[in-house]
Amino acid sequence: MSAIVLDKVSRWYGNVVAVNDVTMTIGPGITGLLGPNGAGKSTLIAMMGGFLAPSAGTVALDGGHVWKNPEIYRRVGLVPEAEAMYDMVTGAQFLLANARLHGLEDPGAAARRALELVDMVDPSDRAISTYSKGMKQRIKMATALVHDPTVLLLDEPFNGMDPRQRLHLMDLLRRLAAEGRTVLFSSHILEEVEQIADHIEVLVAGRHAASGDYRRIRRLMTERPHQYTIASSDDRRLAAALVAEGAADGVTLTNGTLAIQTSDFGRFVHALPRLARDSGVHLLEVSPADESLESVFAYLVAR
Amino acid sequence: MNPVVMQLTVRGLLGRRRSILLLVLPVVLLGLAWLQRLASHGSPTQSAGLTGNFALGTLLPLMCLLIGTGVIGPEIDDGSIVYLLNKPVPRRSILLAKLLVALATTLVFAVLPVAASAAIAGDRDFTLTAAFGVAALLAGIAYTTIFVALSVLSRNAVIIGLLYALLWEGVLGGYVPGVKDVSVRQWALAPAEHMLGADAAGYGVTSAVTVSVGLTLLAVVTVGAAWLGIGKLKTLRLAAAD
Repeated sequence: MSAIVLDKVSRWYGNVVAVNDVTMTIGPGITGLLGPNGAGKSTLIAMMGGFLAPSAGTVALDGGHVWKNPEIYRRVGLVPEAEAMYDMVTGAQFLLANARLHGLEDPGAAARRALELVDMVDPSDRAISTYSKGMKQRIKMATALVHDPTVLLLDEPFNGMDPRQRLHLMDLLRRLAAEGRTVLFSSHILEEVEQIADHIEVLVAGRHAASGDYRRIRRLMTERPHQYTIASSDDRRLAAALVAEGAADGVTLTNGTLAIQTSDFGRFVHALPRLARDSGVHLLEVSPADESLESVFAYLVAR
Repeated sequence: MNPVVMQLTVRGLLGRRRSILLLVLPVVLLGLAWLQRLASHGSPTQSAGLTGNFALGTLLPLMCLLIGTGVIGPEIDDGSIVYLLNKPVPRRSILLAKLLVALATTLVFAVLPVAASAAIAGDRDFTLTAAFGVAALLAGIAYTTIFVALSVLSRNAVIIGLLYALLWEGVLGGYVPGVKDVSVRQWALAPAEHMLGADAAGYGVTSAVTVSVGLTLLAVVTVGAAWLGIGKLKTLRLAAAD
């Protein structure tokens, strides 16, 4: 059982703050690090993996520092985001090299076991340069698992995988977590994270925006005020009906567009077509004004 | 020194397209040496001119640049070095393993061709071959170590290295008096001049420094470069742009 503890960790590059005062503990089980692109997820994982010194604060693995301490790699397996590998060797040769670099007693057996885990035994005698993106992703996963680590750090591991490979990796991560390992993976896709993560840490613009199980995060995200813009045959009458019904918290009429704000998403989407029909109003266009993931994250930060 | 790192480095260095240049440049040199032999009837003085100026002054630093920046630079650029760095292997042995591969490659593809060019173009009892062989070996070790360190220290190692090899070592180091004193080529020529004795001046093999000063400076620069490279590799930043 291993735990990574981040205490008031910040990292800046010149004037740009990539990670801002983050405190969290990553324990056994699967933790999803969720955040939009550019949120600082890779920077945070690089610091956890000992590849970047925090500008302030500390990162510790089981009480020991990770920066400038290659010994942590006996316990840590890392899947980097970068796709580049040693393209000129075969998958099997690359795995064997990784096992030997770890100084394992039987590197051949360890390499075979890791290839079996990611279902890459058959193509392993081909050069890595011939692999698809998904296959490269699995070879990266195998190199992280070859020494049977207690901690796994995965930076966007589902990138480039087809649905079948995705399910296979999710299954593998669940098994590894069930064995008591600490698994942390980053993603910018909520659905991906909530499918397998026991625990979610949300990072937005370098700040730790939310933390908890996926139900709590999902609730935070769905309970936020939603905004829609509507074009209809009679915006004024539709607005009055929505407010009277209690399906909207606020309405704004500007230049022939009706803007709606509602905190009860379910009630609004059910009431809108019914109210429009009952009032004899034709709906011409209904579009969400802030459905991007970024706006969801921005809302979490503002809380 | 880690054998796995060495194997991967050899595959990476010789498996890339630019490894063709490692063969082409020495072949061009040996071809020129052969033409020189035919044109000058094997005159050692003419041979010393070709080997001292073109082989030692231009080709050797370029070959060392190709090799030195090829053993670690591409892996840092594309991020694949992470597979070596995320292992319980001291960074020192990673850099030294790569340096050893680079030095062995330099010996085969750069130092031996330089010595051979003197032998082919014209020599008397292999005195020029031996003298230029020693100079090329010493300069090759220093150049390659400098370029290996440079590719850890800077992402623009090839550009910086090219300017250094062509301008500083090739042009300024050959002619400008002040620069001569701080040129790897001049330091490496000191023992060659000593070996040729009274004939050295006639062959145009002269150094701006004495043998002891030359050897000391070569050792300081080589060890210093390796030390800097190791230090930088220990704290190499590997975060994504994010």
